Amino acid sequence: MTLGTEWATDWVRASAAVIAENRVELITLDREIGDGDHGENMDRGFSAVLAKLDGLADDAIPADVLKLVATTLISTVGGASGPLFGTAYLKAAGAVAGRAELDGASVAAILRAARDGIVLRGKAEAGDKTMIDAWNPAVEAADAAHANGASELEILEAAATAAAEGAASTEPLIARKGRASYLGERAIGHRDPGAQSTLLLLRAAADSARNAASE
Amino acid sequence: MKKLINDPKNVVTEAVEGFAAAHADIVRASADPLFLVRTDAPSDKVGIISGGGSGHEPLHGGFVGYGMLDAAVPGAVFTSPTPDPIVAATTAVDGGRGVLHIVKNYTGDVLNFETAADLAAAEGVDVRTVIVNDDVAVQDSLYTAGRRGVAGTVLVEKIAGAAAQRGDSLDDVTAVAEKVNAQVRSMGVALTPCVVPHAGEPSFHLEDDEIEIGIGIHGEPGREKIKLQPADAIVERLLGPIIDDIPFASGDRVLLLVNGMGGTPQVELFIAYRHAARVLADRGIEVTRSLVGNYTTSLEMQGMSLSVLKLDDELTELWDAPVQTAALRWGR
Repeated sequence: MTLGTEWATDWVRASAAVIAENRVELITLDREIGDGDHGENMDRGFSAVLAKLDGLADDAIPADVLKLVATTLISTVGGASGPLFGTAYLKAAGAVAGRAELDGASVAAILRAARDGIVLRGKAEAGDKTMIDAWNPAVEAADAAHANGASELEILEAAATAAAEGAASTEPLIARKGRASYLGERAIGHRDPGAQSTLLLLRAAADSARNAASE
Repeated sequence: MKKLINDPKNVVTEAVEGFAAAHADIVRASADPLFLVRTDAPSDKVGIISGGGSGHEPLHGGFVGYGMLDAAVPGAVFTSPTPDPIVAATTAVDGGRGVLHIVKNYTGDVLNFETAADLAAAEGVDVRTVIVNDDVAVQDSLYTAGRRGVAGTVLVEKIAGAAAQRGDSLDDVTAVAEKVNAQVRSMGVALTPCVVPHAGEPSFHLEDDEIEIGIGIHGEPGREKIKLQPADAIVERLLGPIIDDIPFASGDRVLLLVNGMGGTPQVELFIAYRHAARVLADRGIEVTRSLVGNYTTSLEMQGMSLSVLKLDDELTELWDAPVQTAALRWGR
């Protein structure tokens, strides 16, 4: 089965819920190696998206949902996360423009476009201790799963699992981008908050796909 | 932690409303999107805008007014503003001669101002950007997000603002802002951390006898923690890397800024100024202009930063030019 607008809106709701649940944890992670605003900013952003969901047109397609998330995050989150996640969703929307139903190739394309958008804006590379360290393995896992003929749900599951490992992989790293980069070796032992929110969002995408499959 | 607030969510909007009410002769506030703008904007001069996370007051709102900024865009506490209010402020101050964005080099500020500049350009505004990165505490800037913009930003805003006020073109105002940034170096120290209102807990931990050298202005930890030392020793620890960086040399004329982080009393800032001026004099560096006070703060953090700007006749003249803002006011 393919994924449609209902999955996309479910993903937004699940994202808003999981970000709200983990708001304090994200603030704590960010306070350790940043400035402590990541959870607050992301929660403000996704709450704003949630409030706008009802305004979507009846014939909205998944790209419309992704674009709504993009513009709302850009205009409400601030910090580095706003433009970075905003660009991710904007590029993701562009990757599936015009498609009412998303197949495995589309799902993999969404993730790849999102990752490429973040790299374009933030110019981070693998190993810089940023959200890219969660996105890169997620995109690779999704592509591999798709190449093996996996379903949309299995592709998103693979991406979420890889993102979790990627987020954990940031812990021993020295940061080379963002505010944690000023800490040098003192950033070692702390997880990158953007990588953690990435894993939460991708986990929400997979969970929403599982709900769609079980209905 | 006790704070004089009503609700953490409303800290910035209520502070901006109060600021605009207190300085109604100079600025007015736009509520949505949120920014502060000169009451006489736009005018027939180049517009100058700055902005960034709140919590650094009087930066930037306190520097809106004659001879300095045309608008300031405050974000949430320690969080860059989003592109929307930056675009709105940019178009509000554009009188047709273009707008300069003065941006502190923090990832979020740079990304949001970059996005806003693209959007404003699409609306036909000629926008230039100067990224301030005066903080020598950041080592290995090739392998980090680069040197941060700290208290030297005030000097960039004052001098670029004076250039715009006398009628310089966008190219010339941008060039003088870049010149100031190239000739100013800063470094800070924290005696205590600060508490972001919505976080409710200190941004980092310091023992009673510890200080943090190389602090940024967002409560983010700095270069190293050391034991508390006498003021003169701390001054030397900050001034050494500053002098060695450009480097400043015997015969130079400089402006010395001793900037409080918000929680340090003036009496301590002047103790620091006293020794900093002596250290510079011993090196043959003449302090011909000075500024001492809380100009780029980190909420209630105790601490200070030192900034040294190499002056020439042009920069001195622009520094001395009349200014009328909430936080800097002379000659008018």
